[in-house]
Amino acid sequence: MKQDEVHISSFLSLGTVLAVLLLLTTISVLVTGWHLGPFTVAVALLIACVKAATVIIHFMHMKFESLLLKLMVSGVFLLFALVIVITFIDYLLR
Amino acid sequence: MAVQINHTEHTDSETGKLGMWIFLFTELFLFGGLFLVYAVFRAKYSADFHTGAAELNAFIGTLNTVFLLVSSMTIAMSLTAIQKNKKNLALFLITVTIILAALFMMNKYFEWSHKFHYKLYPGSEVMRNLPHGEILFFGLYYMMTGLHAVHVLIGMILLSVTLFKVKTGKVSSSHFLLLENSALYWHLVDLIWIFIFPLLYLIT
Repeated sequence: MKQDEVHISSFLSLGTVLAVLLLLTTISVLVTGWHLGPFTVAVALLIACVKAATVIIHFMHMKFESLLLKLMVSGVFLLFALVIVITFIDYLLR
Repeated sequence: MAVQINHTEHTDSETGKLGMWIFLFTELFLFGGLFLVYAVFRAKYSADFHTGAAELNAFIGTLNTVFLLVSSMTIAMSLTAIQKNKKNLALFLITVTIILAALFMMNKYFEWSHKFHYKLYPGSEVMRNLPHGEILFFGLYYMMTGLHAVHVLIGMILLSVTLFKVKTGKVSSSHFLLLENSALYWHLVDLIWIFIFPLLYLIT
């Protein structure tokens, strides 16, 4: 057990992360009103991905985890992205 | 000759956390499958999905997003508090998280009961007469937000158990794996909502 060595996130940094997440949410809501057409989905998903990455890296402490866990998490997300891409290739080209 | 055996409780935080992450991966693919179904049907019935999404209350959706984001921070802070051996602060922050989760569920209750009032639920006469794409949209809406709400409820139970264990000292500055894993679960609930919110409520 190496809990003595763990990185402790400061209250200030967690507060800052929340501020960033709320700012991104505001942008996400505002963008809806801009009528970007087909790009609306792309922008909304891009912002959601940035928010998700922020939560994983900071709130879920991925920044301070072992290399094994980092590789596993990025591997699973890569796999999920592949599943989406392959499904859409199948759907769009059939 | 007697042999002295010391029974010490064996804990391995690294492995415990790894196990939690593997569980979270299965959750990711559970919701991921639904997102995939959503994406394909959205591509096929974009006009109906557009009409369906316009029916949803974006204000309640935004408010619930704020509740979950703030609760995600408070649970992350509670971990910091317990690591710094500030037990009372940790107890307070976990309680705030549970209250925010309850507020989320309250909003969800009002949102759903409003739709039920207009008889808009799977299997109802109103819903059966909708265009095909809208039936799919509302079916997915109930499935995705419903499954997510079940996760919020499970999270609330998990956090309540953790709160009790922090109170009794079972979770402390030297043994905080349970709090760490409960927090990870709670962040996952937040993470899923981060995608449900724009896909269902915002894209109109």
